[in-house]
Amino acid sequence: MTALLVIDNLSKRFGGLAAVQDVSFEVKECEILGLIGPNGAGKSTLFNLINGVLKPDTGRVVFRGADITGLAPYLVAHSGLARTHQIVQPLGAMTVRDNCTVGACFGRENLPLSQARQVAEQAAVFVGLGDRLDMPASQLTVAGKKRLELARVLAAQPTLLLLDEVLAGLNPTEIERMIEVIRNICESGMTILMIEHLMQAIMTLSHRIVVLNTGQKLAEGPPSKVANDPVVIEAYLGDPDLAAEFVGALA
Amino acid sequence: MLDAGTILRRPFFWIVAAIIAAFAITPSIGQNVELREDLLLAAVYITLASNLNLILGYAGYVNFGSIVFFGLGGYFTVYFVSVLRWNLVAASLVGGIAVSVLAFVFGLGILRLRGAYFALATIGVNEAVQAFVTNFGPWGGGTGIYLSTELFMPLGGPAKALWIIYYALVGIMGLSLYLSFFIKISKFGLGLLAISGNEDAAAILGVPTPRYKAMVYCISAFLPAIAGGLYFFKSAFIQPSDAFDLNLSTEAIVTAMLGGQGTVIGPALGAYLYEELRGWLLTSDTFANFQLVISGALLLVIVLFAPGGLMGWLYRQWPTLKKVLE
Amino acid sequence: MTTMIGLFASLVDGLLVGSVYGLAAMGISLIWGVMDVINLTHGAMIVAGMFSLYLLVDTLGVPVYLTLPPIFIGGLIVGIALYWIAVHHMIGQPPLMSLLSTFAVNLVLIGLGTAKWGTVLFNVPVSLPGASIGRYTFPGTHIAAALLTAAIAFLLYLFLFHTRPGKAVRAVSGNREAAELVGIPTTRMLAFAFGLGVALACVSGMLIGTLFPFTVLSGDAYQLKSFVVTVLGGLGNPAGALIGGIAIGLFEGLTAPFIPVNWTLVFEFVLFVVVLIAFPGGLLSLRLPRRAG
Repeated sequence: MTALLVIDNLSKRFGGLAAVQDVSFEVKECEILGLIGPNGAGKSTLFNLINGVLKPDTGRVVFRGADITGLAPYLVAHSGLARTHQIVQPLGAMTVRDNCTVGACFGRENLPLSQARQVAEQAAVFVGLGDRLDMPASQLTVAGKKRLELARVLAAQPTLLLLDEVLAGLNPTEIERMIEVIRNICESGMTILMIEHLMQAIMTLSHRIVVLNTGQKLAEGPPSKVANDPVVIEAYLGDPDLAAEFVGALA
Repeated sequence: MLDAGTILRRPFFWIVAAIIAAFAITPSIGQNVELREDLLLAAVYITLASNLNLILGYAGYVNFGSIVFFGLGGYFTVYFVSVLRWNLVAASLVGGIAVSVLAFVFGLGILRLRGAYFALATIGVNEAVQAFVTNFGPWGGGTGIYLSTELFMPLGGPAKALWIIYYALVGIMGLSLYLSFFIKISKFGLGLLAISGNEDAAAILGVPTPRYKAMVYCISAFLPAIAGGLYFFKSAFIQPSDAFDLNLSTEAIVTAMLGGQGTVIGPALGAYLYEELRGWLLTSDTFANFQLVISGALLLVIVLFAPGGLMGWLYRQWPTLKKVLE
Repeated sequence: MTTMIGLFASLVDGLLVGSVYGLAAMGISLIWGVMDVINLTHGAMIVAGMFSLYLLVDTLGVPVYLTLPPIFIGGLIVGIALYWIAVHHMIGQPPLMSLLSTFAVNLVLIGLGTAKWGTVLFNVPVSLPGASIGRYTFPGTHIAAALLTAAIAFLLYLFLFHTRPGKAVRAVSGNREAAELVGIPTTRMLAFAFGLGVALACVSGMLIGTLFPFTVLSGDAYQLKSFVVTVLGGLGNPAGALIGGIAIGLFEGLTAPFIPVNWTLVFEFVLFVVVLIAFPGGLLSLRLPRRAG
C-alpha cells in the first residue's frame, strides 16, 4: 500500500521546550493509524504541524506526493486533508446545516453552494445529526458538537482525516456509536490518523499505532506489538492510570 | 447556480425594487425638493451602512474608518471633474475603482490584524489619509476644492443636475442592497460568515481567509466611493474635515448595529430610522446639539443589551420572517 | 552652531512634552494590560481633565498645580463608575465589544461636552519662570509638566510593585483565575485598575491644559496620539508607553523645525498602522505580544 502521508523528521521548539523532536512515520492509504502518548507528548502539536497551523523548525510533511510543509491551513484543506479539534470549534451562530455546508464548500471538492448543501446534509445525517440540522451549533450538547466537528470535516470529503481526541468527554454509549461511525468512514475509503486517550477504543480501531513521548517517537507497529513493547510500557508507568489501562487493554 | 428564476422568486428582490421605486417616485411627484434632500441623505446613510455591513456584519471586522472610502471617492471625482474636465459618470466610476484598488492594497496590510487591533488600524488609515489630503496641494489642501456652476451644465444646469444625482444615488443605494443580498446567499458570503464565527476554524475548514477578507474590504469600498463622488459633486464643495469625518463612520456603525448587523435589510432599516430621527433632532431646538449623545446612547444600549439589533430581535420573535427576508 | 543648539533645544522640549504624551498613554496601556480592554473613553477623559483644570482655576481660584490631586481622585471615581456602566458586562467577551461600548460612552460624553461648551477654545494661562540656555527658553510649564509626569510615573511604579493593592492588580492582570483562587476580589481590582487608567488620562489632560489651549474636541487628537504611543511601546506595557511618549515627543522635536506640523501627523499615523502590523508587541517588545482578536 502506498503512503498517503509522510512525516519526515519533523521538529518544533517553543523557546526552550522541544515539543516535537525528529518525528518520522507514514500513514498508509485506507488504514487507521492511532497516535497515542502521555499528556504533553506533542500529539496535538504534531497535528498543528501537519495542517499548517504551526510551521515546523525542521522536517517535511508530504501528502499524496506533494510537499505541504508549512502551507497555510486553508490550502492544506484544499489538498484533501481535514482535521477535527480536541476543544470543539463550532461556528456558533450558524446552524448545523450551515456549519457542514462550509466544510463541503471549501474542502477538497470546492463545490458550488447548491451541491455543497446536499453533501452537507448527508454528512450530518451520517453522524446522526439529521434531526438537528437547523439548530444553531451553540445549542448542541457536547456530544452533538463533537459530532458536528466530525460531520463538518466529512462534508469536505477529504482523503485523509485527522481526528483529535474525538471520543473525549463522551459517555460509553456515545463512544460506541462514534467508534461505529469511524469504522464506517474508514470502510468508505478514507484514511484516518487519530489521537486518542481511550486505550481500548484506539487499540481496537487502529490498524497500526505510533507512540509519542516528550516529543519523540517511541514505537510504531500493530497494536499488539506496541502494547507489549517494554519501552512503551515504561513510558506509561510514569503515568499509573494509563499503565493500568494498558494492562486492561492487553487482557 | 443562481438563475433569473430563483432570484425573481425571492421576496427580497421585490422589496428592494419597491424601496427604490418609493425613493425615486415620491419626491418626483410635485418636484418636492425638501423631501428629495431628506431622502438623499437617507440614501447615503443606507449606502454607507449596507456596505459597512459586508465587512462588519458578515465578516465580523469592525471598520471604524469606513468613511475614508466615501471621502476619497469624493475627492477623486471632484478632482477628475474640475481639473481634468471629465464627465460625472466617468469620474465617479473611475473614482470608485481607484478607491477599491487602494482599499485592496491597504486591506492586504491591515487585515492581517484581528479584532480590536484591526479596528484601531482603520481609524489610523482614515486619519492618515485625512492628514495627507490636508497637505496635498493639488487637492486643495486644507481649504478644499470648490466646483463652479458651469460644471453642472453638461447635466442640464444645477437644478436638473440635482435631480439626476439624486436618482443616481438612489440607484447606488439599490445596488448596495442587492449586493448585500447576493453576497449573503453566495458561497463567498458563507465563507465570510464562517470567518466571523471563528476565523481559525474557518481557515482550517478551507475558507481562503486572507483573500476573502481583502476582497470584502475592497468590495465594501466601491459603492460608498461612488456615492461620495456624487454627493460631494452635488455639494459643489469638498474639504478634508467633511470628507473624512469620523462621525459619519460612527453613524454607519451605529445604524448598521441598530438595524441588525449581519442581516441583509437590518442596516438599511437602521440607517433610515436613524436618519429620520437625526433630521427631527436637528430641527428641534432642544436637541440640535445632542446628535452625538443620541448616537452614543443608542450604540451603548445595543452593544450591552441587543447586539443583534432590531432585525436580530425580530427574527428571534418570528423566525419565518427570516426565511422570507434573507 | 546655532542650528545645533536650536535642534537640541527642540529635542529637549520634545522630550518634556513627550513625557506627558507618555503619561496619557500609560492610562490606556494599564487598562489594556490588566483587562484586555481598549478604553475609547480616553479622549473624553483627557478633555475632562482639561476642563476640570479650567473650572477649578477659573471659578474656584485653585492654584494651577494644586488641581492635580483632586483631578486624579475625580478621575479615579469617574473611572470606576465607567467600569460598571460600560466595561463590566464586556469582560469575558472579545475586546471588540468593550471597544464599542467605551466608544459609545465617549460619544455621549463628547456630545454632552459640545452641547455645553461648543467648540470654543479655552486657555488656562500659567505663568512659571522657565529655564534659559542662550537664546532658547524652556517654558516653565513644560518643565513642571515633565517633572510631575516623572513623579506620577514613579508613584505608579511604587504602587504596582510595592503595595498590596498594587500587587493584587498585577496578579489579576497576569492570571485572573489564579488571583481569584488566592482570594483577591478580582472585580473590585478590575474596577480600581480601570479607575486608575482613567485618572491617569485626566491628569495628563490637566497637564496638557497647562501647556496648550484646548477645545472639547481636543481629546480625540490626544487619544489618537496616545494610541500611537501605546502601540509603539506595546499595549499592556506602561513603562513602554512612557518611553514611547518620549520617543514621539523627540520625533516631533526633531522634525518641528523642518517639517510643517501636519506632515508629522501623517507620519505618526502611518507609523501607527505599520507598527500594529509588523510589531504587535510594540517596538520595544519587552513582553509577549498579546493577541487582540
